[in-house]
Amino acid sequence: MPSFSHFFDILAETKGVFLKAMLLTLELTAVSIILGIVIGLVFALLKISRVKILQLISDVYVYLVRGTPLIVQIFILYFGISGIFLLPDFWAASLALALHNGAYISEILRGAIQSVDRGQLEAGRSLGMTKSLTLRSIILPQAFRRALPPLGNQFIISLKDSSLAAFISMNELFNVATTLGSNNFDEMTYLLIVAVYYLLLVALLTLVVNRAERKLAISDR
Amino acid sequence: MNMREMIKIHQLNKSFGDLHVLKDIDMTVFESDVVCLIGSSGSGKSTLLRCLNFLERKDNGQIIIEGKEVNPRTDNLNKIREKVGMVFQNFNLFPHKTVLENIIEAPIKVKGVSKEDAISKAQQLLSKVGLEDKADVYPSKLSGGQKQRVAIARALAMEPDIMLFDEPTSALDPELVGEVLTTMKDLAEEGMTMVVVTHEMGFAKEVADRIVYMHEGRIVEHGTPEQFFNNPKEERTREFLKSTSLK
Repeated sequence: MPSFSHFFDILAETKGVFLKAMLLTLELTAVSIILGIVIGLVFALLKISRVKILQLISDVYVYLVRGTPLIVQIFILYFGISGIFLLPDFWAASLALALHNGAYISEILRGAIQSVDRGQLEAGRSLGMTKSLTLRSIILPQAFRRALPPLGNQFIISLKDSSLAAFISMNELFNVATTLGSNNFDEMTYLLIVAVYYLLLVALLTLVVNRAERKLAISDR
Repeated sequence: MNMREMIKIHQLNKSFGDLHVLKDIDMTVFESDVVCLIGSSGSGKSTLLRCLNFLERKDNGQIIIEGKEVNPRTDNLNKIREKVGMVFQNFNLFPHKTVLENIIEAPIKVKGVSKEDAISKAQQLLSKVGLEDKADVYPSKLSGGQKQRVAIARALAMEPDIMLFDEPTSALDPELVGEVLTTMKDLAEEGMTMVVVTHEMGFAKEVADRIVYMHEGRIVEHGTPEQFFNNPKEERTREFLKSTSLK
């Protein structure tokens, strides 16, 4: 085990390179979350539509994504799709992460939408609101609120999953840690350092999600 | 007496799977009429009411609203629902919106009323139901009776010609029933056409112009409160009245 002082020395020394890596991790995570929410919402709506073929499309998508490891998906996009048309590494990685996230988020949102009382839809429709207006202004705001705790969970997972982008040579946190660690024959120190960075980011993300939850809970007070 | 037919139903039938819940229903509601639908649970009265604004689809028969037969497949039901307000047993207020936002949402987004006009109309309606001080409160802060009065104001904000009430006091604590019934009575006195599914016999007796008694999906008896309560024609009605008076 490395000593405390050694750990803090290295932590201070490598600050610059890790901060740069952290930025890339954040970018990967942000894109995968934002795109993931869009994709998730689309497939959640397909799933709750009354059209059988659309439901099937959503089912197949969720099955394929949940049925294969994320690393396989990243490699397929990186080696497979990049071969057909030019896909920068960053986008191969964040697209794979977004598609992956999207499947899980679609299930979270579907559950949340279906948990909103049917009376809400009926109340909207009885006021002459169209189905899509009722969905947008009555159902989805309530669903998002209920989805926030499991969504926060999913966001944390996607932050940590972005470490798999190391395997297509993205210089994000994990890649930097393992590279520096093996170059310096000091793996454990660098792994502990990278763990600190992840803990920091997760703490930040948790704070943001909690704040959003409190803000949306205003109608309960 | 104005005898404009607001709702006319002819040979309406509706089944849920094997369960035949509405059988050959014929009914007419005239302008400014207050019609109370009564009957025991499972008699089909709520389903009938829900057919009137097409939350349930009829299997066959005719539903004529303000002189025009409605075909749910081809007609724009949203336009019809603007004319036919509905109040639910469980209020169904939008919990993420304040009282005021609940009321102005549909007038603004559906009818295209300006925000200022919608707000001033909403405030007018809130003072009418006695809740002018609750405009900025969220529904979770209201009692059941207050929620139901907001729901009534919300429906009225669309300026409907007809109001449907689906057991509006059944989910309320007994001491809160009165305030909702008073609001409904005021509305009836203003000449609103109302169809009310209710177990409140006192309200039916006092406010209804006509009573429709349903049993097992059929209209068994149909008449003025006077006829219905004092001089029922059918044996089934007499049994029903006896059972309710014992409670």
